[in-house]
Amino acid sequence: MSVKRKGNSTVTIFPDWCKGCGICAAFCPAKVMELNDQGKAVVLREEECINCGFCELHCPDFAIMVRPKVNDEIPAVCRAVLEKAARKPKTAASDGAAEKAGSGKQKG
Amino acid sequence: MVDMKGTQLIHEYLRHNKKFPHVFCAGCGHGIVLGSLIRAIHGLGLKKDEVCVVAGIGCSGRLAAYVDFNTVHTTHGRALTFATGIKMAKPGMHVIVVMGDGDSMAIGGNHLIHAARRNIGVTALILNNNIYGMTGGQCSPTTPSGSFSMTTPLGQMEQSFDCVELCTAAKANYVARGTVFHVKKLDKMIMEGISNPGFGVVEILTPCHTQYGRKNKYKTPVDMYKMLKKDVIDIERYNKLSEADKAAKTPAGVFVQKDESGLEEKFYEMAARCQGGV
Ligand SMILES: Cc1ncc(C[n+]2csc(CCOP(=O)(O)OP(=O)(O)O)c2C)c(N)n1
Ligand code: SF4
Ligand code: SF4
Ligand code: SF4
Ligand SMILES: [Mg+2]
Repeated sequence: MSVKRKGNSTVTIFPDWCKGCGICAAFCPAKVMELNDQGKAVVLREEECINCGFCELHCPDFAIMVRPKVNDEIPAVCRAVLEKAARKPKTAASDGAAEKAGSGKQKG
Repeated sequence: MVDMKGTQLIHEYLRHNKKFPHVFCAGCGHGIVLGSLIRAIHGLGLKKDEVCVVAGIGCSGRLAAYVDFNTVHTTHGRALTFATGIKMAKPGMHVIVVMGDGDSMAIGGNHLIHAARRNIGVTALILNNNIYGMTGGQCSPTTPSGSFSMTTPLGQMEQSFDCVELCTAAKANYVARGTVFHVKKLDKMIMEGISNPGFGVVEILTPCHTQYGRKNKYKTPVDMYKMLKKDVIDIERYNKLSEADKAAKTPAGVFVQKDESGLEEKFYEMAARCQGGV
Protein backbone atom coordinates (compact mmCIF):
# COMPACT_ATOMS: atom_id res chain seq x y z
CA MET A 1 0.00 0.00 0.00
CA SER A 2 2.91 2.30 0.46
CA VAL A 3 3.75 2.58 -3.24
CA LYS A 4 2.84 6.15 -4.17
CA ARG A 5 4.01 6.05 -7.77
CA LYS A 6 1.60 6.26 -10.66
CA GLY A 7 0.46 3.04 -12.31
CA ASN A 8 1.25 0.74 -9.40
CA SER A 9 -2.25 0.29 -8.00
CA THR A 10 -5.40 -1.61 -8.76
CA VAL A 11 -8.64 0.25 -8.03
CA THR A 12 -11.73 -1.92 -7.50
CA ILE A 13 -15.26 -0.63 -6.98
CA PHE A 14 -17.94 -2.89 -5.47
CA PRO A 15 -20.95 -1.95 -7.62
CA ASP A 16 -23.47 -3.41 -5.18
CA TRP A 17 -22.21 -1.22 -2.37
CA CYS A 18 -21.62 2.01 -4.32
CA LYS A 19 -24.48 4.50 -4.00
CA GLY A 20 -23.10 6.92 -6.55
CA CYS A 21 -22.58 9.84 -4.19
CA GLY A 22 -19.77 11.07 -6.42
CA ILE A 23 -17.30 11.92 -3.62
CA CYS A 24 -14.56 9.75 -5.11
CA ALA A 25 -15.00 11.15 -8.61
CA ALA A 26 -15.12 14.76 -7.39
CA PHE A 27 -11.98 14.66 -5.24
CA CYS A 28 -9.68 12.02 -6.79
CA PRO A 29 -6.58 14.04 -7.68
CA ALA A 30 -5.89 11.79 -10.68
CA LYS A 31 -9.50 11.68 -11.98
CA VAL A 32 -9.41 7.87 -11.93
CA MET A 33 -13.16 7.33 -11.68
CA GLU A 34 -16.40 8.78 -13.01
CA LEU A 35 -20.07 8.09 -12.42
CA ASN A 36 -21.65 6.03 -15.20
CA ASP A 37 -25.18 6.42 -16.57
CA GLN A 38 -26.44 4.10 -13.84
CA GLY A 39 -25.08 6.52 -11.26
CA LYS A 40 -22.35 4.13 -10.13
CA ALA A 41 -18.68 4.93 -9.86
CA VAL A 42 -16.54 3.19 -12.48
CA VAL A 43 -12.78 3.10 -12.85
CA LEU A 44 -11.73 4.62 -16.17
CA ARG A 45 -8.08 5.58 -15.68
CA GLU A 46 -6.59 3.12 -13.23
CA GLU A 47 -3.08 3.76 -14.55
CA GLU A 48 -3.28 7.35 -13.28
CA CYS A 49 -3.91 6.33 -9.64
CA ILE A 50 -1.19 7.60 -7.32
CA ASN A 51 -2.53 5.66 -4.33
CA CYS A 52 -3.13 8.83 -2.33
CA GLY A 53 -5.72 7.03 -0.21
CA PHE A 54 -8.40 9.72 -0.49
CA CYS A 55 -11.13 7.54 -1.99
CA GLU A 56 -10.69 4.70 0.47
CA LEU A 57 -10.80 7.11 3.41
CA HIS A 58 -13.85 9.00 2.15
CA CYS A 59 -16.13 6.50 0.44
CA PRO A 60 -19.03 6.44 2.94
CA ASP A 61 -19.99 2.98 1.68
CA PHE A 62 -16.60 1.21 1.82
CA ALA A 63 -17.11 0.43 -1.85
CA ILE A 64 -13.61 1.21 -3.19
CA MET A 65 -10.47 -0.79 -2.67
CA VAL A 66 -7.02 0.33 -3.77
CA ARG A 67 -4.25 -2.25 -3.69
CA PRO A 68 -0.72 -2.51 -4.98
CA LYS A 69 -0.49 -4.45 -8.26
CA VAL A 70 2.03 -6.80 -6.76
CA ASN A 71 0.42 -9.06 -4.17
CA ASP A 72 -2.82 -8.67 -6.04
CA GLU A 73 -4.87 -11.18 -4.13
CA ILE A 74 -8.25 -9.87 -2.97
CA PRO A 75 -8.87 -10.59 0.72
CA ALA A 76 -11.59 -13.13 1.47
CA VAL A 77 -14.17 -10.74 3.00
CA CYS A 78 -13.92 -8.36 0.04
CA ARG A 79 -13.95 -11.22 -2.48
CA ALA A 80 -17.25 -12.39 -1.00
CA VAL A 81 -18.78 -8.96 -1.68
CA LEU A 82 -17.59 -8.99 -5.28
CA GLU A 83 -18.74 -12.56 -5.90
CA LYS A 84 -22.18 -11.76 -4.55
CA ALA A 85 -22.38 -8.80 -6.91
CA ALA A 86 -21.37 -10.96 -9.86
CA ARG A 87 -24.03 -13.59 -9.10
CA LYS A 88 -26.99 -11.21 -9.37
CA PRO A 89 -26.80 -9.11 -12.52
CA LYS A 90 -29.02 -6.26 -11.27
CA THR A 91 -27.54 -2.77 -11.46
CA ALA A 92 -29.32 0.11 -9.78
CA ALA A 93 -31.48 -2.07 -7.53
CA SER A 94 -29.65 -1.30 -4.32
CA ASP A 95 -30.18 2.45 -4.74
CA GLY A 96 -33.62 2.20 -3.20
CA ALA A 97 -32.07 1.38 0.14
CA ALA A 98 -30.13 4.59 -0.02
CA GLU A 99 -33.10 6.85 0.47
CA LYS A 100 -34.72 4.77 3.16
CA ALA A 101 -32.99 6.24 6.17
CA GLY A 102 -33.99 9.75 5.28
CA SER A 103 -37.45 8.97 4.03
CA GLY A 104 -39.05 10.84 6.88
CA LYS A 105 -40.32 7.65 8.44
CA GLN A 106 -39.10 7.32 11.94
CA LYS A 107 -37.43 4.07 12.79
CA GLY A 108 -36.52 5.02 16.35
CA MET B 1 -5.40 -8.43 10.09
CA VAL B 2 -2.37 -6.68 11.54
CA ASP B 3 -1.00 -5.10 8.36
CA MET B 4 -4.35 -4.49 6.66
CA LYS B 5 -5.22 -1.00 5.57
CA GLY B 6 -7.95 1.05 3.93
CA THR B 7 -11.14 -0.64 2.84
CA GLN B 8 -9.80 -4.16 3.48
CA LEU B 9 -9.34 -3.26 7.12
CA ILE B 10 -12.85 -1.81 7.42
CA HIS B 11 -14.42 -4.89 5.86
CA GLU B 12 -12.66 -7.03 8.51
CA TYR B 13 -14.59 -5.20 11.22
CA LEU B 14 -18.03 -5.08 9.55
CA ARG B 15 -20.84 -7.46 10.39
CA HIS B 16 -21.25 -8.98 6.96
CA ASN B 17 -24.50 -10.67 8.00
CA LYS B 18 -26.17 -7.22 8.07
CA LYS B 19 -27.70 -5.74 4.95
CA PHE B 20 -25.25 -3.81 2.79
CA PRO B 21 -25.07 -1.25 1.38
CA HIS B 22 -25.91 0.26 4.76
CA VAL B 23 -29.06 2.28 5.38
CA PHE B 24 -27.48 5.74 5.12
CA CYS B 25 -28.29 7.90 2.08
CA ALA B 26 -25.77 8.36 -0.73
CA GLY B 27 -23.02 10.68 0.48
CA CYS B 28 -24.10 10.66 4.14
CA GLY B 29 -21.06 11.34 6.30
CA HIS B 30 -22.09 8.85 8.96
CA GLY B 31 -20.46 6.02 6.97
CA ILE B 32 -17.15 7.91 6.93
CA VAL B 33 -17.34 8.22 10.72
CA LEU B 34 -17.79 4.46 10.98
CA GLY B 35 -14.62 3.96 8.91
CA SER B 36 -12.74 6.43 11.07
CA LEU B 37 -13.87 4.75 14.29
CA ILE B 38 -12.72 1.37 12.98
CA ARG B 39 -9.30 2.72 12.01
CA ALA B 40 -8.94 4.45 15.38
CA ILE B 41 -9.70 1.28 17.34
CA HIS B 42 -7.45 -0.79 15.10
CA GLY B 43 -4.73 1.86 15.44
CA LEU B 44 -4.90 1.65 19.23
CA GLY B 45 -4.52 -2.12 18.99
CA LEU B 46 -7.73 -2.80 20.95
CA LYS B 47 -9.43 -6.16 20.68
CA LYS B 48 -13.01 -6.16 19.40
CA ASP B 49 -14.20 -7.47 22.77
CA GLU B 50 -12.58 -4.62 24.68
CA VAL B 51 -14.76 -2.09 22.91
CA CYS B 52 -18.41 -1.29 23.50
CA VAL B 53 -20.23 1.06 21.14
CA VAL B 54 -23.34 2.57 22.69
CA ALA B 55 -25.58 4.35 20.23
CA GLY B 56 -28.64 6.55 20.62
CA ILE B 57 -31.50 6.77 18.16
CA GLY B 58 -31.19 8.64 14.90
CA CYS B 59 -29.51 7.86 11.60
CA SER B 60 -26.24 8.23 13.52
CA GLY B 61 -27.33 5.59 16.02
CA ARG B 62 -27.66 3.00 13.27
CA LEU B 63 -23.92 3.00 12.87
CA ALA B 64 -23.56 0.60 15.80
CA ALA B 65 -25.45 -2.18 14.04
CA TYR B 66 -22.81 -2.56 11.34
CA VAL B 67 -19.67 -3.03 13.35
CA ASP B 68 -18.43 -6.13 15.12
CA PHE B 69 -17.72 -4.78 18.62
CA ASN B 70 -19.94 -5.12 21.66
CA THR B 71 -22.80 -2.84 20.60
CA VAL B 72 -25.89 -1.47 22.31
CA HIS B 73 -28.56 0.44 20.43
CA THR B 74 -30.30 2.37 23.21
CA THR B 75 -33.02 5.02 23.28
CA HIS B 76 -33.12 8.55 21.91
CA GLY B 77 -31.13 10.94 24.10
CA ARG B 78 -30.18 8.39 26.73
CA ALA B 79 -27.12 6.66 25.27
CA LEU B 80 -24.84 8.37 27.80
CA THR B 81 -26.80 6.96 30.72
CA PHE B 82 -26.42 3.40 29.44
CA ALA B 83 -22.76 4.08 28.73
CA THR B 84 -22.23 5.43 32.25
CA GLY B 85 -23.63 2.21 33.70
CA ILE B 86 -21.47 0.04 31.47
CA LYS B 87 -18.31 1.98 32.32
CA MET B 88 -18.98 1.90 36.07
CA ALA B 89 -19.60 -1.87 35.97
CA LYS B 90 -16.76 -2.66 33.56
CA PRO B 91 -14.13 0.03 33.94
CA GLY B 92 -11.72 -1.82 31.66
CA MET B 93 -14.10 -1.59 28.71
CA HIS B 94 -13.53 1.16 26.14
CA VAL B 95 -16.99 2.67 25.90
CA ILE B 96 -17.71 4.77 22.84
CA VAL B 97 -21.00 6.62 22.54
CA VAL B 98 -22.39 7.52 19.14
CA MET B 99 -25.03 10.25 19.09
CA GLY B 100 -26.55 12.73 16.70
CA ASP B 101 -26.80 16.47 17.35
CA GLY B 102 -30.46 16.12 18.30
CA ASP B 103 -29.77 13.01 20.34
CA SER B 104 -26.94 14.60 22.32
CA MET B 105 -27.87 18.27 22.62
CA ALA B 106 -31.68 18.41 22.47
CA ILE B 107 -33.36 15.52 24.29
CA GLY B 108 -30.05 14.32 25.72
CA GLY B 109 -28.57 17.74 26.50
CA ASN B 110 -28.79 17.31 30.24
CA HIS B 111 -27.06 13.94 30.12
CA LEU B 112 -24.30 15.45 28.00
CA ILE B 113 -23.44 18.29 30.38
CA HIS B 114 -23.62 16.05 33.42
CA ALA B 115 -21.55 13.27 31.84
CA ALA B 116 -18.95 15.97 31.20
CA ARG B 117 -19.23 17.40 34.72
CA ARG B 118 -18.93 13.95 36.29
CA ASN B 119 -16.05 13.13 33.99
CA ILE B 120 -17.18 9.57 33.35
CA GLY B 121 -14.54 7.78 31.28
CA VAL B 122 -16.42 7.31 28.03
CA THR B 123 -15.81 8.82 24.60
CA ALA B 124 -18.74 10.60 22.97
CA LEU B 125 -18.78 10.94 19.21
CA ILE B 126 -21.33 13.60 18.32
CA LEU B 127 -22.27 13.31 14.66
CA ASN B 128 -23.40 16.86 14.03
CA ASN B 129 -25.28 17.26 10.77
CA ASN B 130 -27.24 20.30 12.00
CA ILE B 131 -30.57 18.50 11.63
CA TYR B 132 -32.83 15.68 12.79
CA GLY B 133 -31.98 13.43 9.87
CA MET B 134 -33.98 10.33 10.67
CA THR B 135 -37.33 11.90 11.43
CA GLY B 136 -37.60 14.05 8.35
CA GLY B 137 -35.45 17.13 8.80
CA GLN B 138 -36.74 19.08 11.79
CA CYS B 139 -34.36 21.75 13.10
CA SER B 140 -31.99 20.74 15.87
CA PRO B 141 -30.10 22.74 18.52
CA THR B 142 -27.25 23.11 16.04
CA THR B 143 -29.24 24.23 13.00
CA PRO B 144 -27.53 27.54 12.21
CA SER B 145 -29.51 30.79 12.56
CA GLY B 146 -31.10 31.73 9.28
CA SER B 147 -30.85 28.31 7.69
CA PHE B 148 -33.78 26.28 6.44
CA SER B 149 -35.27 23.05 7.64
CA MET B 150 -38.65 21.36 7.56
CA THR B 151 -39.68 23.17 10.76
CA THR B 152 -37.97 26.46 9.91
CA PRO B 153 -39.16 26.94 6.32
CA LEU B 154 -38.54 30.69 6.50
CA GLY B 155 -35.24 30.43 8.31
CA GLN B 156 -34.16 29.48 11.82
CA MET B 157 -34.81 32.33 14.27
CA GLU B 158 -33.09 30.75 17.25
CA GLN B 159 -29.38 30.70 18.05
CA SER B 160 -27.50 27.42 17.76
CA PHE B 161 -25.37 25.63 20.33
CA ASP B 162 -21.63 25.42 19.82
CA CYS B 163 -20.96 21.84 20.91
CA VAL B 164 -17.31 22.51 21.72
CA GLU B 165 -18.08 25.54 23.90
CA LEU B 166 -20.90 23.68 25.62
CA CYS B 167 -18.75 20.66 26.51
CA THR B 168 -15.80 22.84 27.49
CA ALA B 169 -17.99 24.87 29.86
CA ALA B 170 -19.35 21.61 31.29
CA LYS B 171 -15.72 20.62 32.09
CA ALA B 172 -15.16 17.67 29.74
CA ASN B 173 -11.60 16.32 29.93
CA TYR B 174 -11.08 16.13 26.16
CA VAL B 175 -12.91 18.25 23.60
CA ALA B 176 -12.19 18.20 19.88
CA ARG B 177 -13.94 19.06 16.65
CA GLY B 178 -13.25 17.27 13.39
CA THR B 179 -14.99 16.70 10.08
CA VAL B 180 -15.58 13.77 7.77
CA PHE B 181 -13.59 15.57 5.10
CA HIS B 182 -10.45 15.96 7.25
CA VAL B 183 -10.59 12.30 8.05
CA LYS B 184 -6.98 11.51 8.98
CA LYS B 185 -7.17 14.19 11.67
CA LEU B 186 -10.49 12.72 12.74
CA ASP B 187 -8.91 9.26 13.15
CA LYS B 188 -6.33 10.85 15.45
CA MET B 189 -8.94 12.73 17.50
CA ILE B 190 -10.96 9.57 18.05
CA MET B 191 -7.81 7.73 19.14
CA GLU B 192 -6.93 10.52 21.56
CA GLY B 193 -10.48 10.72 22.84
CA ILE B 194 -10.42 7.00 23.60
CA SER B 195 -7.00 6.94 25.24
CA ASN B 196 -7.46 10.14 27.28
CA PRO B 197 -8.90 9.47 30.78
CA GLY B 198 -12.29 10.84 31.79
CA PHE B 199 -15.01 12.18 29.52
CA GLY B 200 -14.00 12.85 25.92
CA VAL B 201 -16.07 14.49 23.21
CA VAL B 202 -15.34 14.58 19.52
CA GLU B 203 -17.81 16.71 17.63
CA ILE B 204 -17.82 15.51 14.03
CA LEU B 205 -19.21 17.77 11.32
CA THR B 206 -20.91 15.46 8.85
CA PRO B 207 -23.18 16.27 5.91
CA CYS B 208 -26.84 15.32 5.68
CA HIS B 209 -27.72 16.32 2.16
CA THR B 210 -31.10 14.61 2.20
CA GLN B 211 -32.59 16.61 5.06
CA TYR B 212 -30.36 19.66 5.42
CA GLY B 213 -28.23 20.29 2.34
CA ARG B 214 -31.06 20.18 -0.18
CA LYS B 215 -33.03 22.82 1.71
CA ASN B 216 -30.02 25.08 1.95
CA LYS B 217 -27.55 26.04 -0.73
CA TYR B 218 -26.07 22.64 -1.53
CA LYS B 219 -27.09 21.05 -4.82
CA THR B 220 -25.32 17.73 -4.19
CA PRO B 221 -23.67 15.87 -1.31
CA VAL B 222 -20.32 16.68 -2.93
CA ASP B 223 -21.02 20.43 -2.46
CA MET B 224 -21.28 19.85 1.26
CA TYR B 225 -17.87 18.17 1.35
CA LYS B 226 -16.46 21.11 -0.62
CA MET B 227 -17.90 23.42 2.02
CA LEU B 228 -16.20 21.45 4.82
CA LYS B 229 -12.92 21.58 2.90
CA LYS B 230 -13.17 25.34 2.44
CA ASP B 231 -14.81 26.59 5.64
CA VAL B 232 -13.40 24.41 8.39
CA ILE B 233 -9.84 25.31 9.37
CA ASP B 234 -7.41 24.42 12.14
CA ILE B 235 -7.90 26.33 15.36
CA GLU B 236 -4.36 27.80 15.15
CA ARG B 237 -5.13 29.34 11.75
CA TYR B 238 -8.56 30.42 12.89
CA ASN B 239 -7.17 32.31 15.88
CA LYS B 240 -5.00 34.42 13.61
CA LEU B 241 -7.95 35.66 11.55
CA SER B 242 -9.64 39.04 11.99
CA GLU B 243 -13.03 38.96 13.71
CA ALA B 244 -14.72 39.62 10.35
CA ASP B 245 -12.95 36.69 8.65
CA LYS B 246 -13.71 34.37 11.56
CA ALA B 247 -17.44 34.69 10.91
CA ALA B 248 -17.18 32.64 7.70
CA LYS B 249 -15.03 29.86 9.17
CA THR B 250 -15.40 27.09 11.73
CA PRO B 251 -12.40 26.15 13.86
CA ALA B 252 -11.43 22.48 14.19
CA GLY B 253 -8.83 20.72 16.29
CA VAL B 254 -8.30 19.83 19.94
CA PHE B 255 -9.74 22.48 22.25
CA VAL B 256 -9.32 20.84 25.67
CA GLN B 257 -7.03 18.05 26.85
CA LYS B 258 -6.75 17.40 30.58
CA ASP B 259 -5.75 14.21 32.37
CA GLU B 260 -8.09 14.35 35.37
CA SER B 261 -9.04 10.78 36.45
CA GLY B 262 -12.43 9.55 35.31
CA LEU B 263 -15.32 9.01 37.72
CA GLU B 264 -14.97 5.22 37.50
CA GLU B 265 -11.29 5.41 38.47
CA LYS B 266 -12.12 7.56 41.49
CA PHE B 267 -14.94 5.22 42.43
CA TYR B 268 -12.78 2.07 42.36
CA GLU B 269 -10.06 3.87 44.29
CA MET B 270 -12.56 4.83 46.95
CA ALA B 271 -13.99 1.30 47.01
CA ALA B 272 -10.50 -0.11 47.55
CA ARG B 273 -9.88 2.44 50.31
CA CYS B 274 -13.11 1.49 52.07
CA GLN B 275 -12.42 -2.22 51.79
CA GLY B 276 -8.84 -1.85 52.94
CA GLY B 277 -9.98 0.24 55.88
CA VAL B 278 -7.52 3.06 55.18
C1 LIG C 1 -37.98 9.59 23.23
C2 LIG C 1 -37.99 9.80 21.75
N1 LIG C 1 -38.33 11.02 21.26
C3 LIG C 1 -38.31 11.24 19.94
C4 LIG C 1 -37.96 10.25 19.07
C5 LIG C 1 -37.97 10.50 17.58
N2 LIG C 1 -36.66 10.67 17.03
C6 LIG C 1 -35.96 9.64 16.50
S1 LIG C 1 -34.49 10.10 15.86
C7 LIG C 1 -34.78 11.73 16.26
C8 LIG C 1 -33.80 12.82 15.94
C9 LIG C 1 -32.64 12.40 15.13
O1 LIG C 1 -31.75 13.47 14.97
P1 LIG C 1 -30.24 13.37 15.41
O2 LIG C 1 -30.13 12.92 16.80
O3 LIG C 1 -29.57 14.65 15.06
O4 LIG C 1 -29.68 12.16 14.52
P2 LIG C 1 -29.49 12.07 12.92
O5 LIG C 1 -30.66 11.28 12.42
O6 LIG C 1 -29.45 13.44 12.38
O7 LIG C 1 -28.21 11.35 12.76
C10 LIG C 1 -36.00 11.88 16.89
C11 LIG C 1 -36.55 13.16 17.37
C12 LIG C 1 -37.62 8.99 19.61
N3 LIG C 1 -37.24 7.98 18.83
N4 LIG C 1 -37.63 8.80 20.94
S1 SF4 D 1 -17.45 7.46 -2.94
FE1 SF4 D 1 -18.08 5.29 -2.81
S2 SF4 D 1 -20.32 5.30 -2.85
FE2 SF4 D 1 -19.63 7.34 -3.52
S3 SF4 D 1 -19.57 7.16 -5.77
FE3 SF4 D 1 -17.51 6.66 -5.03
S4 SF4 D 1 -17.52 4.42 -4.79
FE4 SF4 D 1 -19.63 5.06 -4.96
S1 SF4 E 1 -6.13 6.36 -4.30
FE1 SF4 E 1 -6.18 8.56 -4.79
S2 SF4 E 1 -5.47 8.63 -6.91
FE2 SF4 E 1 -6.04 6.50 -6.52
S3 SF4 E 1 -8.16 6.36 -7.19
FE3 SF4 E 1 -8.19 6.81 -5.00
S4 SF4 E 1 -8.37 9.05 -4.88
FE4 SF4 E 1 -7.71 8.54 -6.97
S1 SF4 F 1 -31.26 11.43 6.34
FE1 SF4 F 1 -29.33 12.53 6.52
S2 SF4 F 1 -28.35 11.68 8.34
FE2 SF4 F 1 -29.97 10.24 7.71
S3 SF4 F 1 -28.92 8.74 6.39
FE3 SF4 F 1 -29.77 10.35 5.08
S4 SF4 F 1 -28.07 11.81 4.81
FE4 SF4 F 1 -27.58 10.54 6.58
MG1 LIG G 1 -28.58 15.10 13.31
